Amino acid sequence: MIDNGLLVQMLLGALLGVSVYLPLAAGQLSLATPAFYAVGGTLAALLSTRWSLLGADAAGGFPLPSLLLELVLGGGLAGVVALLVGTLVLRLRGIYLAIATIALVEIVRVAILNLPFTGGAVGIFGIPQPFAEVSGYLLPALALLALAGWGCQRLELMPLGRAMAAIRDDELAAGCMGIDTTRVKLTAFVFSAVLAGSTGALAAHFLNTWNARQGSFDASITTLAFVILGGSRTWLGPVAGGLLLTALPELLRPVGDVRLVLFGLVILLGPVLFPQGLITPALLERLGEHGPGAAPEATTAHQEPQP
Amino acid sequence: MIEALLQTLLNGAASGGVYVLVALGYTLVFSVLGVINFAQGALFSLGGYLTYLLMGGRIGVNGALPGWGLPGGLPFWLALLLAAAGSGLMALLVERLAFAPLRHRRAEPLLALITSLGAGVVLVNLLQILMGAEGYAFPQHGEALAGLPDALQIGGARIRTIQLLLLLISSVAVLGLTLWLERSRHGQALRAVAEDPATAQLLGIDSEAMVRLAFLLSGALAGLGGGLIGMSVSLAGPYVGISYGLKGLAVLVLGGLGSVPGAIAGGLLMGLAEALVPSAASGWRDALAFGVLFAVLLLRPSGLLGRRLVEKV
Repeated sequence: MIDNGLLVQMLLGALLGVSVYLPLAAGQLSLATPAFYAVGGTLAALLSTRWSLLGADAAGGFPLPSLLLELVLGGGLAGVVALLVGTLVLRLRGIYLAIATIALVEIVRVAILNLPFTGGAVGIFGIPQPFAEVSGYLLPALALLALAGWGCQRLELMPLGRAMAAIRDDELAAGCMGIDTTRVKLTAFVFSAVLAGSTGALAAHFLNTWNARQGSFDASITTLAFVILGGSRTWLGPVAGGLLLTALPELLRPVGDVRLVLFGLVILLGPVLFPQGLITPALLERLGEHGPGAAPEATTAHQEPQP
Repeated sequence: MIEALLQTLLNGAASGGVYVLVALGYTLVFSVLGVINFAQGALFSLGGYLTYLLMGGRIGVNGALPGWGLPGGLPFWLALLLAAAGSGLMALLVERLAFAPLRHRRAEPLLALITSLGAGVVLVNLLQILMGAEGYAFPQHGEALAGLPDALQIGGARIRTIQLLLLLISSVAVLGLTLWLERSRHGQALRAVAEDPATAQLLGIDSEAMVRLAFLLSGALAGLGGGLIGMSVSLAGPYVGISYGLKGLAVLVLGGLGSVPGAIAGGLLMGLAEALVPSAASGWRDALAFGVLFAVLLLRPSGLLGRRLVEKV
């Protein structure tokens, strides 16, 4: 049921989940992830099809170092955009921030649709392939996810991560304790954008075509659902949510048209049944007790691909 | 020149009127629960399709029952009213499934964003299964508009009757709702719950009933919008409501969350601004709403007519 293509999609979903999780870990409900994903993907699609220096050949092949360069550039551009936008929007709170970030997603979508060099509604197609097989994408996707996971794990021990948690609990109190809340929130926002941008750059090659539909309002809520359903208290939650919810519509394909109705039902009932999400810190603790020496992330990572 | 401007302004006011309907739907729910109902766009679509079917329209080839339609055909105004009622009832169901369980459990309000979107996804895809993904133009039989001519000639401008009707119906709905909120017993009770649910409860107001009332009305407003857009333009597909739902969201913030006059001013402003975008740049029209929203949020985070939110510690 799960082929390599779907596995790559699931990993990309997990990456986007972590991207939504990062600002949320600092208490900021940002739905901007699809905008940064679109920025990274569009940049990669443009560079690899228009810039011959990157070494795309006539047969549609693409050198691996160039792909890595694009991941860095895609993430970097998204990060710069986030730095500029974040300075402005992070003054907003709660639902206002959420709506402002939805607005950002829509503005980016309309811009990609209408700019003269992004291919309009059709988009950019024939994006060169760095790998002969789809399975080749597994490695970079896994590596990116491992990097993100390692970063999140490290963050929990670092002053920055502690500051994020403090802001999430009580922004005012955190500020009174001398935490530069604006800077911490902006840092989390930029990290989130860099991750989404790199994911977009990888996704552009994987999908082979890229257009404005890649980052839309639907994607904002779906990626938020990854975090809410998976659990927003640890980074493993969005990973689990991203893997599961990306796989679900594909696994439901045999039931035909009803699949999206069922997908909707899962999003509708999930938070009602699991208000804390599937992966909670308490659950991880229990798992840790049962498997001595087994790191919690290892156990979960092995469980998830078979929903 | 003047005629063209008049026409543009009327177009803007007409689509602005629909934005107001959608935004007021959000406002009603937001003011009593403090959450956004993301199923609003789907309820908008539902209203459009119900109006179409009640007017005697047939299901297209990609639908579940190709060629099927309700016997007879109601006049537009009656179909519209019934469709609004249908969308209102559906909103009650959405409240029951997506909002009530979370509220009774005192779960994080954020979760309702997800559950209501889930309800919207279910609804839109059920519509897609039943009606297919194709666009629908409404039956334009003579008595559809109660015998009114298709278009009026005012000076040099030719104005479609439906545009005027759209503006008229949304104005009546908005005025009626405002008066009802101000004057009637239930309206006052609703506002009391919006102001302070605990005190309202102590005063003997059934706040749960008021929540349901808010959903019923907001669904009806969305359904009204869907029917009006279907009749004046067409239904582009089950997802038609989503883009109106998003615009409504922009209007909501533009006017100030929870502010009724704000939603009205914001909707009209947005409709007029969009109508004034030159046709050469029409692709960018959809970004206008959000660009304006972005600017307003940064300059005046509480919206044009919203109250300043002072966070208490």
